[in-house]
Amino acid sequence: MAKQLLLGNEAIAWGAIAAGVKVATAYPGTPSTEIFSTLAAQAKHYGFHAEWCVNEKVALEVAYGSAISGARTLVTMKQVGLNVAADPLLSGTYLGVKGGLVLVVADDPGPHSSQTEQDTRQFAGFAKVPVLDPSDPQEAMEMVIEAFDISEKYHLPVILRPTTRVCHVGQDVELPEITSRNSEVRFEKGGDWVIFPSVSLRKHGELLESLKALGQEFSTSRFNYREGQGEYAIACSGVSYHYVKEALHRLNIIDNTEILKISTPYPFPEELAAQYLKKHERLLVIEEQDPVLEDAMLRLAGKIGLHLHLSGKHDAMVPGTGELNVDLVTRAIANWSGNNIKTRQVPAKPELPLRRPILCAGCPHRASFYAIRKAAGKKSDTVFTGDIGCYTLGMMPPLSAVDTCLCMGAAITQAQGIGRAEPGRQTIAVLGDSTFFHSGITGVINAVYNQYPLTLVILDNSTTAMTGFQPHPGTGQTATGEIVAAIDLQKVLEGCGLTFIKTVDPVNLKEAVAAIKEALAYDGPAVIIMKRACINLPEVKGLAPVVINIEKCKDCGLCVTEIGCPALVMETGQKPQVLESCAGCGLCIEVCPFDAIQGGDY
Amino acid sequence: MDIIMCGVGGQGTVLTSRVVGEAAIKQGYEVRTSEIIGMAQREGPVVSQVRIGTKLHGPLIPDISADYLLGFELAEAVRNLDKLNGKGRALVNTHMVVPPTVYLGISNYPEEQLIDYLKEQTSGLILINANELAAQAGSSKAVSAVMLGAFATLCPDIDETMLLKELLARLPERVQEINTRAFRLGKEFVEGETR
Ligand code: SF4
Ligand code: SF4
Repeated sequence: MAKQLLLGNEAIAWGAIAAGVKVATAYPGTPSTEIFSTLAAQAKHYGFHAEWCVNEKVALEVAYGSAISGARTLVTMKQVGLNVAADPLLSGTYLGVKGGLVLVVADDPGPHSSQTEQDTRQFAGFAKVPVLDPSDPQEAMEMVIEAFDISEKYHLPVILRPTTRVCHVGQDVELPEITSRNSEVRFEKGGDWVIFPSVSLRKHGELLESLKALGQEFSTSRFNYREGQGEYAIACSGVSYHYVKEALHRLNIIDNTEILKISTPYPFPEELAAQYLKKHERLLVIEEQDPVLEDAMLRLAGKIGLHLHLSGKHDAMVPGTGELNVDLVTRAIANWSGNNIKTRQVPAKPELPLRRPILCAGCPHRASFYAIRKAAGKKSDTVFTGDIGCYTLGMMPPLSAVDTCLCMGAAITQAQGIGRAEPGRQTIAVLGDSTFFHSGITGVINAVYNQYPLTLVILDNSTTAMTGFQPHPGTGQTATGEIVAAIDLQKVLEGCGLTFIKTVDPVNLKEAVAAIKEALAYDGPAVIIMKRACINLPEVKGLAPVVINIEKCKDCGLCVTEIGCPALVMETGQKPQVLESCAGCGLCIEVCPFDAIQGGDY
Repeated sequence: MDIIMCGVGGQGTVLTSRVVGEAAIKQGYEVRTSEIIGMAQREGPVVSQVRIGTKLHGPLIPDISADYLLGFELAEAVRNLDKLNGKGRALVNTHMVVPPTVYLGISNYPEEQLIDYLKEQTSGLILINANELAAQAGSSKAVSAVMLGAFATLCPDIDETMLLKELLARLPERVQEINTRAFRLGKEFVEGETR
């Protein structure tokens, strides 16, 4: 088959299809999202089931149910999603699976788009789940197929852990052959599927046996190998493998170095590593995130009684945070090996404009945040607890309407904690529709149950915007495009026992501000649903740009400084200007005190 | 061959890197691309990297080693100039996307100094107003097509017809004519500059 440019995420999806996946589940999260999008687009053609789940725990539980029935099952998420799914993972590993269960958990060193730099290899070791660590898209695709085989052979879930620079890297990839597999899928009653203390003890023993056997098998895996020869010894994993090779070429010591590439950090291939360690007394370990290989080697050296000089993260030879790249790796190897690198001094640059991600022009969240600020009173002391989504960007000035952001759903619960610790302090919790379905509902129930006077603003823009506009239970559309009954936020909230629920359109500024004020004054938990679709949805048509009436405009600049819409600009001493990117949302019309902005009718 | 493409979210750097990558694969090269997707897309700075050749390593281009820099936005070109090697060619769109921080008085956008810096630091600089050329072709959105056309002239190693074909394959029918025109305008502009 001809090679084509595939993203790592696409390659992983095709690998799963080739492996005969029967059920695929996921919750979106950068950098993992496109794995499932690719699968969902192919589900009908290849005859498997694919669904966006409400959150990662649900996704893994659904997947686990399929796997114990004998189906090959894939579940994808980002690294912090695994925290949410930790419960079923740890128990499921004890009980095991029948059909292959592969979790693709994407890590994000850097981090580019995540709350933490947590290392899923580390998590896998804690959960006692085998983990594969691909270095590029081609390898990731081959590894998914292998992961299914391992999972079925050892009856264990297996994690594939790509990083951002595998997920969002394009490579000329050769698609695997897709053959149809006919496996018998039937849940057998009477199996070991009930977790129970005495069962756990027995299963734990079996699990350790399996991991031991698998660790031995990994010593001969084609994904783990020694490469080259020479006095220098460098062990590496994941994308760092490529950085190391390029760095060795640049330093001109590739012909004098023996690399050990470990793609199965857990269970650790001790035999393979032991032979390597016996040959090299001095070595460097290069890996992103946590010192997982480094620790495994230190342990191994202790176990077999080797005297080693092992460099890496523990002696700060390799940076302990952030993403690696060729330059950093070159520097680390140069320092460690005593080779010099040429550096060029770049002349100082002129000042560069500060450019941060911000809400799009016409984003309904901008109107919501502006309304929230107005309702709270400009100088008020109200604490705005925020959450995960595009709307985290509400923290940027001039909106500055997000004071906290912790994890999915925490806007609602953190507000309660702040109010409990500091009675009388006003809080407003803000989160999006998809996040509400993911983990907001339990927090609302907690407020109702414990009688906390919560003021919650749900930004309902009819999509999961940040990760690329996925549907969710409130949108009435499934991953594979079926139209289903949308779950009504209002009814969910009523069911949770709320007595104050109001839906407003945030660009009707006066109405929105009045509604929030009312909610703040309400005796008991109160919710405002800000309903307006994300302007980037294909069904949403942007309106014509607004027009500034130069006669009426008094150069006050408020339209620019109050809301920070990227479509409004104003040079010093000049009138504001509307750029082509204006979506005509009309928020600035409401902001202008002199009625100088027109158009953008609703 | 290493190419760095930089700009602001939504300007088309991702599309452009895929087009160049796919065209190179069709010519039998190995390819690695790298892009940042997610939060940064919302008007934030974006960088796509494309590596083309045989026996490639990882996806990230080391400092001072890109052969081409395609700057879709003036300040972003300067921000990423450290990637370009001494003999590298920079193709920079003079169009500015001024971030709100400038209007809020938090930062500055010193246009002239940025252009002077580019002129001093690069031997093979081409300044192009790609937004204007795109508008001339019929839509200010066709900036990627202008940049690709211009790049096609600068870089003889990637087949020009292949680039255009791969671009059109990714665009809806109704904008193909405009983009073909934009591609040609970009190409002619560079031919005029380098003659
Ligand atoms: S109408 Fe005003 S606030 Fe809305 S997008 Fe246009 S310029 Fe921005
Ligand atoms: S994508 Fe939608 S929700 Fe996100 S910032 Fe842009 S308009 Fe707002």
